[in-house]
Amino acid sequence: MTSYIIRRLLILPIILFGVTLLIFSMLMMLGPYQRLSTYITDPAQLKGGDLDLLVKKYGLDDPWYEQYGRWLNGLLHGDLGWSEAAGAPIVKAIIDRFPATLELALFAVIPVVMGGIWLGVYSAVHHNDPMDHGIRVLAIIGWSFPTFVFGLLVLMIFYGVFGWFPPGRLDNWAMELVQSKEFIRYTGLNVLDGLLNGNLALVWNAIRHLIAPVITLAVVWWAFILRISRSSMLETLRKDYIRTARAKGVKEDVVINKHARRNALIPIVTVAGPMILGLLGGIVTVEAVFGYQGLGLLFYDTATQLDYAGILGVAIYFSFLLVFINLAVDVSYAIIDPRIRLE
Amino acid sequence: MEWQEILMRLLRNKISLFGLIIIAFFVVVALFAPWIAPPRDPDDPYEIPRAGWVIEPQPPNARNIFGTTEGSYDIFYGVVWGTRTAFRVGLIVVGISTFIGIIVGTISAYYGGWVDEIIMRITDIFMSIPFLVAAMVLTTILGKGITNVMIALVVFGWMGTARLMRSQVLEIKTEEFVRAAMALGASDARIIMRHILFNCIFPVLIQASMRMGSMVITFATLSFLGVGAPEGYADWGQMISFARNWILGSNGNALQYWYTVVIPGVAILLFCLSWNLIGDAFRDILDPKLQN
Repeated sequence: MTSYIIRRLLILPIILFGVTLLIFSMLMMLGPYQRLSTYITDPAQLKGGDLDLLVKKYGLDDPWYEQYGRWLNGLLHGDLGWSEAAGAPIVKAIIDRFPATLELALFAVIPVVMGGIWLGVYSAVHHNDPMDHGIRVLAIIGWSFPTFVFGLLVLMIFYGVFGWFPPGRLDNWAMELVQSKEFIRYTGLNVLDGLLNGNLALVWNAIRHLIAPVITLAVVWWAFILRISRSSMLETLRKDYIRTARAKGVKEDVVINKHARRNALIPIVTVAGPMILGLLGGIVTVEAVFGYQGLGLLFYDTATQLDYAGILGVAIYFSFLLVFINLAVDVSYAIIDPRIRLE
Repeated sequence: MEWQEILMRLLRNKISLFGLIIIAFFVVVALFAPWIAPPRDPDDPYEIPRAGWVIEPQPPNARNIFGTTEGSYDIFYGVVWGTRTAFRVGLIVVGISTFIGIIVGTISAYYGGWVDEIIMRITDIFMSIPFLVAAMVLTTILGKGITNVMIALVVFGWMGTARLMRSQVLEIKTEEFVRAAMALGASDARIIMRHILFNCIFPVLIQASMRMGSMVITFATLSFLGVGAPEGYADWGQMISFARNWILGSNGNALQYWYTVVIPGVAILLFCLSWNLIGDAFRDILDPKLQN
């Protein structure tokens, strides 16, 4: 296992280097003037200045490898240019928005994983029953539902008609409260900060804003988890040790919960990588639909306003996040599953 | 399993039969679009005609049977011609990216060693940018337009097939009939074409059919987010982005403009659903683990 983890860690810098090269090559498709925006750190630099002079100053006509070196240097120093859409340096904007997206992701992942596993195991135990078919059909429908269509319908019905789950991240009064001096920002996660400040009204307000985006993400990803856990559970239930356990007279629910389910859940860890990849895309859509002020909305704003510094900054951030999450997934899989350790 | 047997089982399975019927329906709509919704300008049929210059959506009526969306764009016309857009984008993107994936995966697995190592690391790098994010970045840089979106989707869409193909070929490479061919001195090209490709193509086809749905969703998402189709282009995602400002209705009636979201939404949903139903049935038929 150690050698596997070491190998995985050795590959890490290569992947990170490759990602920066890939993103930089997309940046190089733009002309020098468009690229200029990714180098300046303050819009005042553009005013009254001669653009050709700036292009020369930042060496935007130099060979690509020299430009890449400088760009990488900026990246390592946390300087990726001025984002017009955010009205701030993009790195600062990313740091400001990150807690919002983290909060959404944390609230979404738990119901998605738990609900998906429960449905999958239930479906496998009741293999070929009407309930199994029903769950599978619903799962395929959920999987076929475009996130933005589902989100808009949720918004129309649960906010428009019933007025339950408002868009945005907080109501105005709550936003003012959070930004006021008396309120201490411990983590940037509204629910947690509300609890730490002992303000239950704020906690409730934050949760009300989270429910609709979480449901929207969950409906699509339940289907995904359900499929994996169902087929893995079906496979496990046919194993010899399950038959042995049943033959010994072990109660059926003990067989299912203790003998089968634990082993059946191992493959779910392997799909955690692709799932997080898809969830990140889903978060962009969901934040754009519900106007939830996180990284996804920032990315959407930068893309629609052709704010190149912003787009590339957020893309790099998302990619690095994904690389490290995948590393964590692979390492934890190696720890959980003994078969990998021996390879 | 033979082709005929697979087809028979697809037709006998109620769920996949339902999927096939929906696809057949969409194929008919796409083929006969010029007769179902005659374009005003035959040279530019993808431009949705406008019923007037009213900004507010109008409910279904005799002239516009599905109503009009923001900017008086006719919903019926957009949905009908949007079917063509969906097929075009789906088939081209899935076709090209699957083809690239098959080639890359086969080369990687067949030659192994450092070739495999390099190709797989490149694949990892492409997979390190979330798909939707990567596609959005490239489309924004290339500029709006159907072709540019398709390029972006292909550039970041081949890795799944490559990985699947690689694992398939690795498995089959050790089979005796492949070794026998190698021992007989058959050329690499001949071994790959005759002995390997056709023995591992099915899982790739299943994956491709599931990807038809998800590619069309991604394309629609890009259009919805405003970086896909140019304004007025017949495309389901864009029709829904027109509906965005009207989602809460007016005068306390939230459902007033329901048709602007629900009609194009149902079109996308059914399209993706049909491909997923077939892919799902396909998988059950071919997966030995799930057979009793």
